[in-house]
Formats: sequence, C-alpha cells, structure tokens
Amino acid sequence: MESTIVKAVNYNAYFGDNHVVKNVNIEIPRNNVVAVMGPSGCGKTTFLRGINRMHELIPGATSTGQIFLNNEDVYEMHPIFVRLKIGMVFQRPNPFPNLSIYDNVIAGYKLNGIKLPKAEKDKIVEQSLTRVALWNEVKDSLTKKGSFLSGGQQQRLCIARAVAMEPEVLLFDEPTSALDPISTSTVEELFHELKKNYTLIIVTHNMQQAARVSDKTAFFYMGELVEYDETKQMFTNPSDIRTQNYITGRFS
Amino acid sequence: MTQLENEILAIKIEVVSMWTLVESQLQKARAAMMHFDRDLAREVVLKEKRVNAFELKLDRDCENIFALYCPVAVDLRFLLAVLKINTNLERIGDIAEGIAKYVIESIGDFDQSIFKKTQLITMFDDSISILADTRIAFEKEDTILARSIFKRDEALDKINGDAIDRVSECIKDDMSVMKDALYVLSIIRKLERVGDQAKNMAEEIIFYVEAKVLKHQKDTAKS
Repeated sequence: MESTIVKAVNYNAYFGDNHVVKNVNIEIPRNNVVAVMGPSGCGKTTFLRGINRMHELIPGATSTGQIFLNNEDVYEMHPIFVRLKIGMVFQRPNPFPNLSIYDNVIAGYKLNGIKLPKAEKDKIVEQSLTRVALWNEVKDSLTKKGSFLSGGQQQRLCIARAVAMEPEVLLFDEPTSALDPISTSTVEELFHELKKNYTLIIVTHNMQQAARVSDKTAFFYMGELVEYDETKQMFTNPSDIRTQNYITGRFS
Repeated sequence: MTQLENEILAIKIEVVSMWTLVESQLQKARAAMMHFDRDLAREVVLKEKRVNAFELKLDRDCENIFALYCPVAVDLRFLLAVLKINTNLERIGDIAEGIAKYVIESIGDFDQSIFKKTQLITMFDDSISILADTRIAFEKEDTILARSIFKRDEALDKINGDAIDRVSECIKDDMSVMKDALYVLSIIRKLERVGDQAKNMAEEIIFYVEAKVLKHQKDTAKS
C-alpha cells in the first residue's frame, strides 16, 4: 500500500485579505508524480509554495491549517530544514550564472554552510547529474559556467541542484513552460526516473503534460481543490463538471 | 463553441447521416425482398460504396481530431464510441447488401408463405425499428432508450433461435421451396447480426454519455 508523504489539512493561504487557497485537504502518496492544474489565479502555485514554506516569504502572505511531511507539521519545523527535504524547481531555469556547473550542483551545501571533502562533493555532483541524465553531456565541462548550457540542460542542472540535497519531495512550478518540445520531452522522461527516488508535485498549465507524466492529478479552481484523483480517471471520466469543462476547454 | 466542439458536432452530424443511409439500405433491402425488385436490390448494392466511403471519412476525421486536439473526458469517449459505431454501421451496410444480393441471385419471386411462417417480416421490421431507435438514442444522448435496445435484441434472438425448426417445417411440407427456405434462413441469420450490432452501438452510447462499460456483461446487469 502506498504511504502518504505530504498531507495538507484544512490548508488556507492569503495575500493580505485575499483568500487564495481555500481549505485544501489532500494526501500525496510517496514516489508518485502528482500534477496540479487549474486556470491562472486558481491558487495552485500558492499551494505549491505553501508546501515548503516559501509562501510565507512574500510580504503580507499568511496561511492557516497544516502541511505534514511524513506526519510532521512543516510549520513546526525549521524552514531551512523543510526546504532541504522539499526541493523546488521553478518555471525558468535559474542556475547561478557566475558559478560553474560543478558549483551549481553543490550550491545548496555551500549556501547552507555545509563543508564536505572533495571526494564527497565529486560523488554528489556525479550522482546528481547522472540522476537528471546530464552527466554524459557535461562531465568534460564541469568547470564551465552553468549559464552556457541550453535551456533544457539548465533546467536539468537546476533539478540536479535540488536533487543534490537529497530531498524527499521535489516541487516543480511549470518546469517546462520555458523549454522547447525536445527539452520538454527530456525533462518529462526524467520525471519517470526521478519518481523512483522522490515524490514529485508539478504545477502545470499543460494538460497533456499532466496526463503524460503524473499518477494523480489535482484540479484547483478559485482557490478550491475541486477534484483529486488518478490521472487516468481525471482525463477519461472526471467526476466534477468543472474539471470536465476545464480539461475539455469549455471553461468560460 | 470551441473549435473542438465544432469538430465534434460535425462528426455527430456525419454519423447520423451515415446511420440514416444504412437504415435506408436496410429498408430498401426489405422492399426488394418483399416485392422481388431486382432493380432496387441493385441500387442497394451500388449504394454500399457510399456507406464504405462514410466509414473511411469518419475514421479519417476522428484520426485528425485525435492528432490535432488531444481530446479528453467526454470528447475522448465520444470519439472512441464513434469509431466503434462506425464499424458497426458499416457491417449493417454489408448485411443490407448481402440481402440485396440474395434477391439478385434468386431465380424467381420468394415464396411469401415462408416469410410468414418464419416471422421474417416481423424480424425485418423490428431490426429496422431497433436501428432507428438506437440512432435517436445517439442523437439525443438518451441512455434510457439505449438500454431498451438490449431487451428488443432478445426478441430477434428468439426468432433466430426458432428459425431452424420453422424452416425445416417449411421444407418438410414442400420440398420445392427448399432454396427459398435456405435464403430465408440466411437472411434471418443476417438480421440477428443487425440486432447484435445495434446492441453494441447502444453500449457505446452508454459508454460515451455515462462512462459506463457494459460490454461482456449479462443483459440483466445492463439495465
């Protein structure tokens, strides 16, 4: 039986008085890919950022309710520890432009003041780049700047940077929206590999991507979690008419 | 309406046109048989090409929608149902053509008394009526009407089941009608298949509208 790794209980998020995520209850199974979809402004990214406590970094942003990681309330944990355990990859590839590929991968350790022997760092770099299917492409140019890579490679480098911290959960906020179809396909293939070791939560506007890569899909509308089910079920016979209208493009 | 909705609507209109043509083929095959009208029978054989053309066009149109619009949910179910209904309609077209060919091949007028004894006319009328009602169920997305087809198909199965005995009796009574009787038996077998195809189409309508899979279930479990 699949165990739950992330659980939201009555989770609400606000920007000032604006109630953007409304009483969300959801359980994310371990080693699953969960897609979060919905129209712009539905609260999906805010919900994602609430999972690793990035929402609270925005001035005026507040939240209520609970988010659990392995049955532990993340809002009672140190936020840095939460973000070590729950990594995040953003829409646009954002490698540190002045750092080499090598240093980009281990940037999380450096920024957190964690000192490692060279051999250990080498191992982490190779392992992380291998996990994102980038090692063979960059192993001879590890000292080059990360910004010299193509968009798709940069995004995989960012995923490698997140993976290097050995998180349990990876959050992706529209990770391929800035990539061409070939790079998108490579990253999507990567999701299938990554889920062997991590739990992936992906916010996407691309419904076909949600259908292709995810095991389960959550549909948000106006801050509410309208439907959460197996992806196959959602895309063949959604139970809520709002989900059906959204995925069939009949949303007004 | 979105472009996909327009495309789906166009497909639906196309299916109904094909359906109406197939119904007309079956009605003409009946009339050709009843009145021994070889010209009408030839017309049915010729028009079978139009049924085939409909089948090819519907296949192509569905394929284009799959490729261009990646349909999901009710749209996906509709197109999957249409692909199967398309095949079923084409087969009913073949059945009408087959009956028309019997009329063309036979030497003279059929012995009408065999029609009566074997309930062939009742079966023909029921088949045409079932086919028309299945079309209405498709057009109106009426799953209650679609479900009623299962019971009506059983009546066709009953006539088909009794056919061997009735045809044997006809032959026993008058050996000279043997050839006609065998034609009639073949037509009954074909009409029984019309009922099966209508039943399959009714299942597809329910799948499309309600997302319920009724295939390979006992008829009692379907209602």
